[in-house]
Amino acid sequence: MKKLLIALMTLVPSLVFAAGPTVPLDEAEVDLHDKASLQRGAQLYMNYCLGCHQLQYHRYNRTFEDLGIPQELGEENLQFTGQKAGDRITNNMSTEAASNWFGTAAPDLTNVARVRGADWIYTYLRSFYKDDSRPFGVNNAVFPNVGMPHVLEELQGVPEKTYEERMIDGEMKEVYVGIQADGSGRLSGSEYDQAALDLTSFLVYTGEPMLLEQRRIGWFVFGFLLIFTILAWFLKKEFWKDLK
Amino acid sequence: MFKRFVEWMDARIPMTKTWNIHLAQYPAPKNFNMWYVFGFLATIVLINQILTGVWLTMNYVPSAEGAFASVEYIMRDVEYGWLLRYMHSTGASAFFVVVYLHMFRGMMYGSYQKPRELIWLFGMFIFLVLMAEAFMGYLLPWGQMSYWGAQVIISLFGAIPVIGDDLTLWIRGDYVISGATLNRFFALHVIALPLVLVILVFLHIVALHEVGSNNPDGVDTKKPKGTVPDEEKPKFKFHERFTSKKDIVDSIPFFPYYIIKDMFGFGVFMFFFCYVIFFNPEMGGFFLEPPNFEPANPLKTPEHIAPVWYFTPFYAILRAVPDKLFGVILMFAAIVFLALLPWIDRGKVRSIRFRSVLHKLNLTVFAISFIVLGYLGTQPATPVATIFAQIFTFLYFAFFGLLWFYSKREKTKPVPERVTSK
Amino acid sequence: MSNAPVDKGRRRFLTVATSVVGGAGAVGVAVPFIASWNPSAKAKNAGAPVEVNIRKAEPGQLIRVKWRGKPVWVVRRTQDMLDGLSKIEDRLRDPNSEEPQQPPYAQNKYRSIKEEFFVAVGICTHLGCSPSYLPSGMGEHVEGVESGFFCPCHGSKFDIAGRVFQSVPAPLNLVVPPHYFVDENTILVGEDKGQA
Repeated sequence: MKKLLIALMTLVPSLVFAAGPTVPLDEAEVDLHDKASLQRGAQLYMNYCLGCHQLQYHRYNRTFEDLGIPQELGEENLQFTGQKAGDRITNNMSTEAASNWFGTAAPDLTNVARVRGADWIYTYLRSFYKDDSRPFGVNNAVFPNVGMPHVLEELQGVPEKTYEERMIDGEMKEVYVGIQADGSGRLSGSEYDQAALDLTSFLVYTGEPMLLEQRRIGWFVFGFLLIFTILAWFLKKEFWKDLK
Repeated sequence: MFKRFVEWMDARIPMTKTWNIHLAQYPAPKNFNMWYVFGFLATIVLINQILTGVWLTMNYVPSAEGAFASVEYIMRDVEYGWLLRYMHSTGASAFFVVVYLHMFRGMMYGSYQKPRELIWLFGMFIFLVLMAEAFMGYLLPWGQMSYWGAQVIISLFGAIPVIGDDLTLWIRGDYVISGATLNRFFALHVIALPLVLVILVFLHIVALHEVGSNNPDGVDTKKPKGTVPDEEKPKFKFHERFTSKKDIVDSIPFFPYYIIKDMFGFGVFMFFFCYVIFFNPEMGGFFLEPPNFEPANPLKTPEHIAPVWYFTPFYAILRAVPDKLFGVILMFAAIVFLALLPWIDRGKVRSIRFRSVLHKLNLTVFAISFIVLGYLGTQPATPVATIFAQIFTFLYFAFFGLLWFYSKREKTKPVPERVTSK
Repeated sequence: MSNAPVDKGRRRFLTVATSVVGGAGAVGVAVPFIASWNPSAKAKNAGAPVEVNIRKAEPGQLIRVKWRGKPVWVVRRTQDMLDGLSKIEDRLRDPNSEEPQQPPYAQNKYRSIKEEFFVAVGICTHLGCSPSYLPSGMGEHVEGVESGFFCPCHGSKFDIAGRVFQSVPAPLNLVVPPHYFVDENTILVGEDKGQA
């Protein structure tokens, strides 16, 4: 009964929470042990995202500590807002200003990976495409009509939806094959994917900064429970001999 | 030294006597199976909720401005705050898991039947208070689901004719869910309802210990005084409170035998519990819903609102009905019918082991309906889903209707005089 | 129910073993509850070491800063004040600072790293009031002493090195917090030199 319930619970979520974008999401292979990736992600975040999106529940020095960045190095290279290392990661943009520029306040991203999932972020970052009908000249395949410019354009280059002519059922048809950058960016295609993954990993980290410790304690607890449960089983058998 | 202490205490408070009556010399039928562990587990989870709850209160800020940030503060800045929070959030779901299984046990073995009607009723009140407690607790993190879930559920009261709108306004204390609502829910969640819950649990156990436990065979283990020859009585000493009026058979003292057995069950349960806490605290979005990691925004509803899983069977019944008022009535009826089970079931045989095939089938269909409704309650209400919800709502209620009819003249198997043991 | 003989040793062993393991588990569960009472990251960061700029401090001036929510004084003492310290030693409880109320580097005649700059937590060691700084006029409370600290709550008296006078309620000298000179003009309060 219980097993059935649990099986049901673990099977169902993908169905339940799949509502939303119809674009298939690419899998983000996040590795929280890869500190170098997280550090690069942090650097990307501080340079390109923090201007608008705060991480207001998280602290600089906690980030430095968890990511293995010496505090002085972090203060010099990752802190641009004149705050102290112990402060939370915020910016100085007022909600009002943001609403004027983007039509809505830029959301805080501390927990975005818990709300949207890593795959969503990873795909989103790689799904901007040129669309002159939009105020910022770009649109996003995962988040249609998103009110945000493509801030990583200098890295990716100008991304465009590309189509190929293919023969289908004896007719030449234009088929959408994906988004490709024009090569004007500083990074190559695979480098940009890596950058997107770094940034995604960093946001997974900020969503659950305790994750690695949590897992570590979890295994320890399992080990303890195993001993306790086995002992309790033998104790039960021993005492219940009285009833035979 | 210890003996003198006990003597000193016993002269002033019935310490040893209480220990004996309720544990060391309390006769429990010897044939309990694993289904009987869930009552003990519910107590454990209750203690877990109270302890972690008290500790969370130490850092939680009950205000619309501060609530969400204070939960993140607990998760990040307080040492082991994340663990205390996950223990509490997982405990909430675990509470319902064990309580649902505990209730199902009662239904299988007829534990609600005479003379245990009051135990069942106290249990149903515990269930109701538990639902209120969980609902109010879920508002406190002040995330998107907290906010809109509360919005939807409070709006249910708007279905009541004439007073509905004023009632919802009164419950919220504002025109929308606001800080006023949060603060009153906080007060009820951390003080009032836990008190009621503890008192009800106490009464539940007092009533149980008055009539004694049922067992998987549904056979009485307390026979009329003088009907059992001495050599058939158990070799254990039971308190004279039980032996003076009845002859006890097939029973063992609760301590140490069942306490130790429960310890093993507790260990197994903890594997599941700790798996969720340490490896899957969101439980795929069922225990902690993803939109709840965004702060409440009164201007934007999440795309898909579903209550937490433990409410979804009742929520599915609510949505299955196209009429608002009737939907609410039916949802509450789903709980009321459960509470009336001791009087709906007119049978004399308790355990499913000796009842008719029809009853076995009926109860199975009921359990399946409950699970399917629970699943449907998490899904968007598409037309197909709604039709399914209507079918299973019908089956849910059909259980009670059928039971009432067939239980009076049910073809049951002969019930043994004494419990069957392996 | 047979009356098969019970293996008492085995039974006792299992009972004790399960109890001990269970007890260890209870202790383990207590850890997060107890640890959560430690200062949180917020409190720790708010209590982080504080830099004090002393470039503009005039002789005789007291600079007050907040460290861990408590007032910390930095007094730039005049030569007169320093000269007065050795004259009153027989009227003090602990003239040589033998009680551990200061880091080792401040356990000297002046209770400071540099003679001139006295750094102390401005909390009376009696019941936690904050004494007043009297650059002059201490004579009103202690005969023949020009400057010092006087606690208005219960009348405790300290000299200009924070040493407590005899026959007052306060038992100990004022606390000198860990601190060091980052450079000529800056003191960092809250950390020993070389500490991470």
